[in-house]
Amino acid sequence: MKKILTTPIRDEDIAGLRAGDVVYLDGLLVTCRDVGHRRLIELGQKLPVDLRGNAIFHAGPIVVKDGDGWKIISIGPTTSMRMESFERDFIRETGVKLIVGKGGMGPETVEGCRENKALHAVFPGGCAVLAATQVEKIERVEWLDLGMPEALWVCRVKEFGPLIISIDTHGNNLFETNKAEFNRLKVPAIAEISKEVRFIR
Amino acid sequence: MNMPASASGTALAPDKEQAARQLTDIMAKFTGYVGKRLPQDVLDKLAELRARETKPLAKVVYDSMFDNLEKADRLDRPCCQDTGALQYFVRAGAGFPLLGELKAILGDAVRQATKDAPLRHNAVETFVEKNTGTNTGTNIPWIDWEIVPDDDTCTIEVYMAGGGCSLPGAAKVLMPAAGYEGVVQFVFDVITSYGVNACPPLLVGVGVSTSVETAATLSKRAILRPIGSHHPDPQAAKMEALLEKGLNDVGIGPQGMSGSSSVMGVHIEASARHPSTIGVGVSVGCWAHRRGTIRIQPDLAYEILSHRGAVL
Repeated sequence: MKKILTTPIRDEDIAGLRAGDVVYLDGLLVTCRDVGHRRLIELGQKLPVDLRGNAIFHAGPIVVKDGDGWKIISIGPTTSMRMESFERDFIRETGVKLIVGKGGMGPETVEGCRENKALHAVFPGGCAVLAATQVEKIERVEWLDLGMPEALWVCRVKEFGPLIISIDTHGNNLFETNKAEFNRLKVPAIAEISKEVRFIR
Repeated sequence: MNMPASASGTALAPDKEQAARQLTDIMAKFTGYVGKRLPQDVLDKLAELRARETKPLAKVVYDSMFDNLEKADRLDRPCCQDTGALQYFVRAGAGFPLLGELKAILGDAVRQATKDAPLRHNAVETFVEKNTGTNTGTNIPWIDWEIVPDDDTCTIEVYMAGGGCSLPGAAKVLMPAAGYEGVVQFVFDVITSYGVNACPPLLVGVGVSTSVETAATLSKRAILRPIGSHHPDPQAAKMEALLEKGLNDVGIGPQGMSGSSSVMGVHIEASARHPSTIGVGVSVGCWAHRRGTIRIQPDLAYEILSHRGAVL
């Protein structure tokens, strides 16, 4: 059975979820990436979308004009780590409950997710047509002056996923756990190869 | 469509003008095609890695990847939304009839593909800090030239350099005391840190060379080689195999979820080096490695070498 989160997401909806769980999303998902974060946190501009209880997507889509509206062609996650320096403040300022992107995020986001009860989840990177077929509608666009990738695209999504939870509300960070394991395994791998590549004699 | 100008800026003869338009159209269509469908060697390798995978979360990711490729093909849409900053690696015969026009042709092809494919707007003019909306800007598309004497054909590699897989790119110059062991350490450090977020399983390109920019360029050329090809030098080929096995033993898995493999391959390209330096560069391609190779004859008949059964 698919576990589906529906916006507005409440604290109790996500308290039981743990890093490594797979969920899907119904409701409002707003793209917000580098400059969107910078404008709110560093430049103090008011975000033109109310994110309380909603989800953001670290993503910059391909969209085309469709009559008076817009149509999504491809939309997939971008590297979440680029938003690390802003995300803790962003969660506190906006009340966003679910941050979707790709790759892991760092300790500041872990703190932000713990203190304000939010999740970071991974949508499989590069799967942009799959994601586009799960967007029912673009409701509107804000900050289009930033260009197609950086604008805030307000999307209505249905069973959007798989979303693999990478940071939960309890301080667990899937990627930090994985990276510790990768760093442990790389030591013997490097030692083994180094013995074989002493080409300078 | 903008009229392609010749290198000297003078108007082209009518037949040459028509040929330039025809080549613009071919390259626009091919560029769009490369954004929608992966080359055969990448598809084959991904299928192999998927079959070998045992971890549940990694399998969830592989299922999404193949579902996505099927939908992208059927709906004729870019399989990843990040259609990259466009790079063309041109190997042109000195006698290729449109050599002088090619730079303008590739710029026009990108503008056309941006509308027709469509491609995401991915060219931000630096310092002005404005997205041009055309995927063209100062020196973008990036064109790398190699001129082949006594030849009249032209082979063009299209590469969509996405942001995610461009971010881990790194190069530095080691002292010879670091040896090839230093190269191994550098590759592992880059891949196990930044590589994790760059949409693995990755194709890893390593340049072993003399200075920072030569190593970096060679590392990018390395990821343009077909998967399964090997460096002609036996020691370099051995190092490719060792790095591939070693990185796979780390088990980064698709999307860094941890899994049975980390990479689609490791390719090394090399040059001779200064006795006092070892330049090392690393470039990575993501699993959605959008690379395409097209060979164009002087009469503009063309052959697509990278994709099986491709129709433009």
